[in-house]
Amino acid sequence: MKIRAVALNTFREAIRDRILYLLIFFAAIGIIFSRFLALLTVGDRVKIIKDVGLASISLFGMLIAILIGTGLVYKEIDKKTIFTLMAKPIHRYQFLLGKYLGLLLTLLVIIILMSLIFLFLIFGHTLTIEWNLLVAILFIFLELCVLTAVAILFSCFTTPILSSLYSLAFYLIGHLSWGMETIIKKTKPGLGRTLLRILYIILPDLENFNFKTEVVHNLPIPGEIYLQSFLYGLFYSLFLLVLAMIIFQRRDFV
Amino acid sequence: MEHVLEVKNLHKSFKTGFIPQKKKVLQGITFQVSEGEIFGYLGPNGAGKTTTLKCILGIIYPEEGEIRLFGLPHTSLEAKKKIGFLPENPYFYEYLTASEFLRFYGQLFGLSPAQREKKISALLQLVGLTHASDIQLRKFSRGMLQRIGLAQALINEPSLVFLDEPLGGLDPLGRKEMRDIILRLREEGKTVFLCSHILQDIEMICDRVAIIVKGRIIDQGKLQDLVSEKILFYEAVISGLPASLVKDLGECMAAEGGRLLLKVEGEEKIKDLMKVVLEQGGTLHSLTPRTATLEDLFVDLVRQG
Repeated sequence: MKIRAVALNTFREAIRDRILYLLIFFAAIGIIFSRFLALLTVGDRVKIIKDVGLASISLFGMLIAILIGTGLVYKEIDKKTIFTLMAKPIHRYQFLLGKYLGLLLTLLVIIILMSLIFLFLIFGHTLTIEWNLLVAILFIFLELCVLTAVAILFSCFTTPILSSLYSLAFYLIGHLSWGMETIIKKTKPGLGRTLLRILYIILPDLENFNFKTEVVHNLPIPGEIYLQSFLYGLFYSLFLLVLAMIIFQRRDFV
Repeated sequence: MEHVLEVKNLHKSFKTGFIPQKKKVLQGITFQVSEGEIFGYLGPNGAGKTTTLKCILGIIYPEEGEIRLFGLPHTSLEAKKKIGFLPENPYFYEYLTASEFLRFYGQLFGLSPAQREKKISALLQLVGLTHASDIQLRKFSRGMLQRIGLAQALINEPSLVFLDEPLGGLDPLGRKEMRDIILRLREEGKTVFLCSHILQDIEMICDRVAIIVKGRIIDQGKLQDLVSEKILFYEAVISGLPASLVKDLGECMAAEGGRLLLKVEGEEKIKDLMKVVLEQGGTLHSLTPRTATLEDLFVDLVRQG
């Protein structure tokens, strides 16, 4: 009940934030832009629309998660609204979880909105609703769950600008870390290889949520890969949230 | 009377500066607040009033000491269900309307929707904001924010209300209304913990006070015990006499337009002064006894502290 109240309040805060509408506007433009990009393409135009459309949803989802997520907790502390809240019968972890779920709800609504525009655009070309695209979008959302947890974690102890930079770094590392697998394979067994492996486990691998190519090109994906990616997202988010809760629980609000 | 709040040996320090240095803000604060009283927590700016309050409410953690609310640890949710808090500067969610704002806090106390709506309209009426229930808080004036702040502090019908500078930012009428509300809370049997540096507020409504200076409580007790009603001296305004004639009777504090303002100590000297005035054909315009005020006590203690 309390978590729900904080989540709905966060949702209300986010949808009344002007920055959100700016990002939605650019996201819509990005998706529609794919249609014009397709005109310049030789070959399968629909694939271009799918590619660029999915990339837009992913990119703008990431921007919303980071730009709004990093400000959520910090603003409460900076504007001192947290003072009144902490005097109410609510645990600190409930507050943080409410904030997290509130932003996820916002992202869910936005992703649904962008998906509708996207599917409508595809429908205009193929005259079929391509439901399989939703698989890629679902995993984009899962990636955003991890990113939101990162944004909230940083927002518990630093300013929005630094949190945004750290979260962006997390995103970039997350999409490049898969290359470490190759390095590990090419390193001789020993201490170096063990250290690299530990580093690879700690660093995020956001490519686990990238099913765009497979979905656009209709490539088969084994069921266990879905499950593996889902569990990875779930546990990584939980790990980050627990870390955020520990930091938030111990800090003074001055 | 039972103690609703007990604070024992509270210590807190903060690290400040580029090269962090520990600054002690609270140094062994101890006091109790009894049920049904208005307790004034008094001190100059930066004395540690708000820091004490933040410790009590669980916004910051004390390094040492114990705080109990209604006999329970101060961080327990059971204790927090029975308290209300109005912060010093009204920091609230400015994107919410007044009724959405109260609804949000009502939800945190687990009030049912019907209870909540009933309570919201009663509180908006109490603080005189019924007309502004659908206006976003960003459009509120400071005085209106103070009022909506008081409304949120009372949403759960608390037994103990913490008010941090509740009369700040209010116009004279607003101050009177706020004072009336605070007195009404006491009539309803609630306990009020009032932080302020405006002495008149405390003097007019508080039953007991504690004075904090530089993180230490230097005096506490019932207001009438702290501020004696003994006459300290008299202020006499006379005219038609040269200052040299009365210089032995009292200290001349001002002389303007042929009138002298004298500070006369003791009733014997007053009698002598009246005799001189009558004999020399002077005029006594006024004679005012001055008793100690909370302000005198406060200024003395702060200077000593």
